[in-house]
Amino acid sequence: MSALLEIDGLTARLQVEGELRTVLHDVSLTIGAGEALGLVGESGSGKSMTARAVGRLLPRGAQTSGAVRFDGRDVLTLGPADLRRYRGEVAMIFQDPRAHVNPVRRIGDFMTETLRLQGVTGADAAKRAAGALRDVGIDDGERRLDQYPHELSGGLLQRVMIATMLLGEPRLVLADEPTTALDVTTQAEVMAILDELRHERGMALLFITHDLELAAAVCDRTAVMYAGQIVETRAASLLDRDPLHPYTAALAAARPDVAVSARRLAAIPGRPVSAFEAPAGCAFAPRCVCVQERCREARPPLDRLDDGQVRCRRAQELRGRMAAAIREGEASRA
Amino acid sequence: MLRFVARRLAMLVLTLLVASFAIYASLSVAPGDPLSVLTGGRTLPPEALAVLRARYHLNEPLPAQYWHWLTGALHGDLGSSIALRESVNTLIGERAGVTFELVAYASILILLLGIGSGILAGLRRGAVDSTVIAGTTVFAAIPSFVAAIVLISVFAVKLGWFPALGAGTGGVDRLWHLTLPAIALALSALAIVARVTRVSVREELGREHVQTAISRGLPQHLVIRRHVLRNAAIPITTVTGITIASLIALSAVVERAFSLNGLGSALVSAAASKDFAVVQGIALILVAAFVITNTIVDLLYAFLDPRVALGSRAE
Ligand SMILES: Nc1ncnc2c1ncn2[C@@H]1O[C@H](COP(=O)(O)OP(=O)(O)OP(=O)(O)O)[C@@H](O)[C@H]1O
Ligand code: SF4
Ligand SMILES: [Mg+2]
Repeated sequence: MSALLEIDGLTARLQVEGELRTVLHDVSLTIGAGEALGLVGESGSGKSMTARAVGRLLPRGAQTSGAVRFDGRDVLTLGPADLRRYRGEVAMIFQDPRAHVNPVRRIGDFMTETLRLQGVTGADAAKRAAGALRDVGIDDGERRLDQYPHELSGGLLQRVMIATMLLGEPRLVLADEPTTALDVTTQAEVMAILDELRHERGMALLFITHDLELAAAVCDRTAVMYAGQIVETRAASLLDRDPLHPYTAALAAARPDVAVSARRLAAIPGRPVSAFEAPAGCAFAPRCVCVQERCREARPPLDRLDDGQVRCRRAQELRGRMAAAIREGEASRA
Repeated sequence: MLRFVARRLAMLVLTLLVASFAIYASLSVAPGDPLSVLTGGRTLPPEALAVLRARYHLNEPLPAQYWHWLTGALHGDLGSSIALRESVNTLIGERAGVTFELVAYASILILLLGIGSGILAGLRRGAVDSTVIAGTTVFAAIPSFVAAIVLISVFAVKLGWFPALGAGTGGVDRLWHLTLPAIALALSALAIVARVTRVSVREELGREHVQTAISRGLPQHLVIRRHVLRNAAIPITTVTGITIASLIALSAVVERAFSLNGLGSALVSAAASKDFAVVQGIALILVAAFVITNTIVDLLYAFLDPRVALGSRAE
């Protein structure tokens, strides 16, 4: 079976003050139809840029190489008309609904904008919008359609976002930290709605989060990013119990044991680096307790290991004794 | 929304009242006896002076004088000019036309060229953008009277394309005569409006909600119209409105430079001859035009930005 979304060796460079900076380096990911893939990593690791590259929303002046294929079509070379059609099949949900909904247009107007373009009448579109609002747990939808975004809470607005996306019947949803800006109870509600609707309608999901546990709860597989690269992809349930990469292990270990789903990743010693400042060789080497001389020589490739993929020279040899190796490394460092 | 409009209108009336009193009072306490204009420096018998004083209410205390004037003004009678022996109404009626046409012409230039070039520069990068930036930097720094002198010497005297003086005789001829004055009046305002427009459009282009609109597959022209320009219209309206309101005061300078018989030049000569009734009348009209324009802008602003009517004026 070929994947619905296939990112293949994607490298992206952005124009920053006249120079090109690498933000994504050789990113490869696949998402099957109806599959949910989590994407985790520290701030600045390139999670949002990956989603934006898939949505063809990289900042102006960005250069890309590699390929993004959706349903076998090359996304990066789509012409304007095909691109619009593609965007109808891939919906995005963003972190801050307040900023991502036009403040001067009514909710109804926002929700039905694309429907109306497809020739749906106003009354019909409004009915469908109210129906979509009911699906995300907003019962007084008709009233909400007449309101402006500033009259709704953040949680409600994020539900409106999700409902709006549903109206387009997408096959893939790119959700970039959709609950981070919300308070804890609202987070859980919104997440539950998203998860349920996704299963119900068989939509594939790229779910970006800082929260390993949340990713494990919602996703089939999880990919871990560091410095613009994928360093590990694994079944979501295995990722934090049995990590393949020292970075994943450190992420999992840095997290306190108490099971609170909404917590963010605790810090790992050392500063996370962006792709453009990553050293030659393994990007994680400066912070890795398992580092050896050969790690710095050349960038490790993304290799298959067991049932996942990992980008680490020592992954094979550390297999099964990662925790011990990290403890040893930490002890020798201290 | 209705409450908001009512509040704005009440404020408008109050502002006008305060302004009218300020205008009246400041002129009444200004040095110089208006009667000396009337008498032309000759000494009149005291009885004659008393008659004149009574006719022009000069013997009454200031509040009473103001009251006479105000009730007159409310009934559409602004008194009569001591120097010209003519009703102020007639004078304003004769002069207002040119001023109104001049300001309207300049406003249209600002709306079309200022906002137009600003939008173009905001949406496009590269040559168009740099040209607009360079042009507006220069134009914004040129005061109206300098613009007037340069325009007259180049386009009227050297090239002879436009007349240098006068307002022409209505219709196309009037338009032709008012072109240089309107440009002189509009130039720096136009540049400022263009710059603000450009920045507003650029800012809106970079907003997250515009990214949402793009990500939903909306065609580019709709993204620009419904999400970029619609939102940028809020700051653009404000700045354009204030700019146009300020043209009303600036028009006096341009009218003098081009020898246009408008309100502004009448105001200047009346002030020179201490013809207070005329100064007060014209000042009242100009201030009223300014305040009304500003009120319209405020209402428009509330209409464009749904967040305003609820009372949160802060962005
Ligand atoms: N508009 C931009 N222009 C240039 N560089 C950018 C821009 N936006 C982000 N970057 C850089 O791209 C890199 C990846 O950023 P990205 O937003 O993808 O990180 P992220 O993993 O989503 O982080 P976070 O968890 O904070 O959202 C970072 O180094 C960041 O500094
Ligand atoms: S390659 Fe070396 S430095 Fe990089 S993660 Fe593996 S062990 Fe650590
Ligand atoms: Mg991000």
